Formats: sequence, C-alpha cells, structure tokens
Amino acid sequence: MGQDLAVDSAPIGTATAGPHAERLSKLVTAQRATVDRDTGLDLYRDMTLGRRFEDKCAEMYYRGKMFGFVHLYNGQEAVSTGVIGAMKRQHDWFCSTYRDHVHALSAGVPAREVMSELFGKETGCSKGRGGSMHLFSKEHHLLGGFAFIAEGIPVALGSAFTSRYKRDALGDASSNAVTAAFFGDGTCNNGQFFECMNMAQLWKLPIIFVVENNKWAIGMAHDRATSDPEIWRKASSFGMAGEEVDGMDVLAVRAAAQRAVERARAGEGPTLLECLTYRFRGHSLADPDELRAEEEKQFWAKRDPLKALERDLTEAGLVNSDELRAIEKDIDSIVQDCVDFALSAPEPDPSELTRYIWAED
Amino acid sequence: MAGTLLFNALREAIDEEMGRDPHVCVMGEDVGHYGGSYKVTKDLAEKYGDLRVLDTPIAENGFTGMAVGAAMTGLRPIVEGMNMGFLLLAFNQISNNMGMLRYTSGGNFTIPTVVRGPGGVGRQLGAEHSQRLEAYFHAVPGIKIVACSTPTNAKGLMKAAIRDNNPVLFFEHVLLYNLTEELPEGDYTCALDQADLVQEGTDVTILTYSRMRHHCLKAVEQLEAEGVSVELIDLISLKPFDMETISRSIRKTNKVIVVEECMKTGGIGAELIALITEQCFDDLDARPVRLSSQDIPTPYNGSLENLTIIQPHQIVEAAQALVNKGI
Repeated sequence: MGQDLAVDSAPIGTATAGPHAERLSKLVTAQRATVDRDTGLDLYRDMTLGRRFEDKCAEMYYRGKMFGFVHLYNGQEAVSTGVIGAMKRQHDWFCSTYRDHVHALSAGVPAREVMSELFGKETGCSKGRGGSMHLFSKEHHLLGGFAFIAEGIPVALGSAFTSRYKRDALGDASSNAVTAAFFGDGTCNNGQFFECMNMAQLWKLPIIFVVENNKWAIGMAHDRATSDPEIWRKASSFGMAGEEVDGMDVLAVRAAAQRAVERARAGEGPTLLECLTYRFRGHSLADPDELRAEEEKQFWAKRDPLKALERDLTEAGLVNSDELRAIEKDIDSIVQDCVDFALSAPEPDPSELTRYIWAED
Repeated sequence: MAGTLLFNALREAIDEEMGRDPHVCVMGEDVGHYGGSYKVTKDLAEKYGDLRVLDTPIAENGFTGMAVGAAMTGLRPIVEGMNMGFLLLAFNQISNNMGMLRYTSGGNFTIPTVVRGPGGVGRQLGAEHSQRLEAYFHAVPGIKIVACSTPTNAKGLMKAAIRDNNPVLFFEHVLLYNLTEELPEGDYTCALDQADLVQEGTDVTILTYSRMRHHCLKAVEQLEAEGVSVELIDLISLKPFDMETISRSIRKTNKVIVVEECMKTGGIGAELIALITEQCFDDLDARPVRLSSQDIPTPYNGSLENLTIIQPHQIVEAAQALVNKGI
C-alpha cells in the first residue's frame, strides 16, 4: 500500500509533514501479505484490541486508576499485529520496551492480566510488581517490557541464542523458535543495538530486530539524533538482511515479518526490520505533546492502520463493515470486562512484599 | 605436595558442571580458544565446542544481557568478566535484569547465572584494573555475592554457584590464582551462604574475605606468638552475610575487626559493621574496627599501591590495640 497511500493523501503536503512522512511517501512496498477472510478478521481483531485497550488505559489513568509512566501504542498497531501475527505464539519469543501493552496482548497475554497489572493487582501478569513498563509472561513467551532504552535487545539476543544452543549444542532438531525484539528509533543510537546486531549476525541467531520508527524519542526528532535516518541500512554494516516497511500497513509488515521469520527458522540469521510508523499520542500520558507539528500529526492520522486494513478487507470483498463493527463491539466488551476484573481484583498481599526476590520464593 | 592451583580448581568445577548438565555454558571475552585470560577455561572449548564455550566480541553490556536472556529461556550461563572491572560496562544488565527481573516479573522468570572473574588490587595494574566491585554491586537486590579465597573453596563454591537458580556474582582475586592446595576427593560443593571459620580463638574476631584472608593469616601468626588468640572468619558470602556465624563469634570474643580490600566508604565493612551494631551491640566490649583500602583510585606506583591497601602489620597493630585496651 505504501506508495499508493501517499498518493491518496494529496491534501497534506509532505513538505510540511516532515522528513519522516516524506520517507513513507516515497516508500515502495515490495510485497504485501495475502490473507484469507479468517486471517484478515484475526488481524483486525488484534489491532482493534490494541487500540481500544490503550484508549481505555488513557481513561483509567486520567481517572486515577493507574499510575506511573504509561506509554500508549496508538498508531503503531500494524507493527505488533503484523510481526507477532506472523510468528507462533507460545513458541516464538517476544521482547518489548516500556511501550509494551499491545505487544503483550498480541502475544496472547489475556487482557485481564495486562489491565490488572496496570492497576497494580495480584492478578496482573507480573503480580502487580512490574507495572506498565514491566509486563512479563513466561507462559506467553513475553520476555518482558524493558524500561531502559536498548536493554531488552541483549536479553532478546539471549533467547535467540538459546534456540540455536538447543539445536546445535543439545541436538534438538526441532528447536526453531524465533525471537522478535521490538524497540524504537531512539534505541538505534545506543551501543547495545550495535553490539547485538554484530553478535546476532556473527552467530546467525534467529532474531528479528523490529524497529518501530515513530520519528520521536520523546521530544528528540529522529533526524536530529542520528546521522543516517534510514535505520534499515545499518544492517548492511553487519552483512545482515535489512528491510524498511510501511509500518502503518499491517499487510506489508506481515509480509516482511514472514520473510524474516523464514530466514531465521532456516538458520540464515537475523533481520533488521524498520517499520515507519507514528504514535498518535504523546510519548507517555504525562507528555502534553506540544512539540509535534499539527501537519505531521494529520499526515499520519490519515494513515490510521485500522482504517487501512478495513479498506483492504472490504475492498477485497473478504468482509463487510458490519462484521468489523461487530468485532469492535466484541472488543469493547472484552476491554470493559478486563477493567471490571482489574477493579475488583485483589491487591498483592503485604506479607508477600519480599517474595520473588529469590528463585526459591 | 601434589596440589591444584586455584585457577585449575575453578576450571575443574566448570568442567565437571558442564559435563553434568548440558545447559551449563560459558560466555565472555577470550574464554574459548585462548582459554581465558587466567586460564580458568583452558581447553574447555575444545572439549565442549564453541557454542558452549562462547568467545564473545568485546561487548560486555551486550553479552551479559545475552546471558540473562539465555538464562530466562532455560540455559545456565557462566559469564566471565575478563577483569571484573569491565563489568561496570554491564552494570545495567547485572542490576536491572540479572538482579531485579525475577521480582519485577512477579516470579515469571528465574535467572540462573554466574558472573565470575578476577577482581581486587593486583601488582601495579593501575586504577581501572584494580577494582573491588563487590561493594558497588552490594546494593543490587536479587543477587548473591561470594568471594573465593582458596583452591578448595574456589572449586566448591563455583560448583554451588553454577547449580544455584539465582544470579551469583563470583569474585576471584587476581593474586590468588596460583595458590596451591590439595583438593578434597570427588564431587563436593561449598555452601554459598556460609562463612568459613578459618581458625578458632577467644580474644578477638577478625572478619575478612578474598585475598585479605591471607594477610590476616600472616597477622594471626604473629599475634598468636604474642599470646593473642584470634578467631578468623572468612566471610565467603558477601551477600547475604552469614550473621549466625559472625554473631556467635562476637558473643565469644566481644571484639571485632573487619579487614577488607574494598574502599572504606560504602564498602563491605560499612554494611557489615552496621549489621553488627544492630545485632550484636550488647556483645561488644569495644567499638568495631574497620581496616579498609584508602578511598582513592589505586595508584600505579608500587609503594603507593601498598599504602592503599591494608598490610599484615596494620592488622597486628589494630588487634593488639583492641585487645590491650580492655573494656
């Protein structure tokens, strides 16, 4: 869709929407995933859950039900759904950042567990000890939300190393789990990114470095922070496969992720996948979002990934709008249910304050 | 006497544990083909292959974090810090992820890792290579910290550390690798949380660890000759402290000296004496004495370096003063 989308968006000039928008406008999508009706509905459902869950978080935050730093994912849903949807849940591994709610949901962590974690409740996926930026689920192979920039990448590399170790050192031929490490454009100026890119390619580890380039590292514009804004090109320095993709187009992300997963499972090593995307809200709910230009926001709002998928699915005749409205209604009840669940869930037991420090507890 | 060098005792421990459990692996700089900068992993790559004894690029933050991820997904990595000081570059991974992640994840993951390597003040290695990180890492929750001091405890502690399901920071001392000792026969481990009662005595308790154990032994010899009976305890476990053994000794001698190689401010002794004051105050007949390194970067010059760390004669003098002072 990439190229076509940009042409469709004629009313807003890319010059005023900035260089990130200009890049997206010029991007030619190599190949988009072909999906059947069921898959299309699954993708739409996953993205809708991500969007509406986050909208509910904002509401709950402003109503004083959750605290701390809360970073919402609105606008970037095509990346989480596109990548994780192309992988095997509870088999492959997923590693996230402080903006981790939607990755957790896409990985299959129940909305009740995520929402009650945000409420700090015992029923949360991290038992109320982690909070918004530290969602974990061993059951759903979520290695975690890592709150410091780039620190999750080496951890993700470790799980990719385990896959190879099991195959080649332990002789388990079936060991083919791939790890997806999600992080942002700001992270790509950090040493751990480069250290791990090198090791991943050196040892041909099954990992996908998924850059969610949303242009903004809080208030630092990407092109003000990095000498070459085209992050995917850095892959070539390591002899690694690199690709840029329209991160507002779930079918484009899915196709690119499928290629990367295939490479990784075949033992051909890692991929650096740069998804051009945008966050529709401020950096966190504490960010007044005064810095970003209105023209820029409008450019990306017109590329809302949910609307794009709806257009794709309906124009292809796979689904009709009523079915999608029904999904939204269904999701709304799931989101309301998880809030009700979280509100009535128990607080952690104060007598267990020091539990979980040690492996034996 | 046929004996085993300390670095070989460590090597035996790693070798035996790698043979026992295929999930145990080693990663770090020059651990493989080169055999480790102090030869603790010599020939292990040949025996177990390059993947199990993984030569990493010089990227401490990256490979330490990789060990965390590998541990979370089922392996039991041993990370070598070629010099423990280099692990300052991995402080975030050791603190946030090795130490805190199990708690933060509400018990989702365990991180069975050992981070080992040489620390301490060597012979004119300069400030950066003469660090005592045990004090820096002491405040990190969720990490066990041990320091070995003899070939026997080096092997037993290493095996226990590898088998432990928690992250263990394992401090070796750059000047102790060539100590020789006859090792116990067969498969043995040493408890990670128990102090070693090196010598029983009645007049004063000396608490120490790592290389300072040997400085203390020299001092004890002289003190014994002078009729001072010293109870010498090697802490072994720097976190948590074995307060049971420590308290029992203080109840007996009523006097305590802490001898450490780390710097005085924010050091191991600082925390230890705070605990002794809290828990053993009524058993003390005199104020606790702390003998620590100077609060300075370790100077290169040999004489200045000697002045930076505690020497045996200072331990003798401190013990004499404490014992002679009476109540």
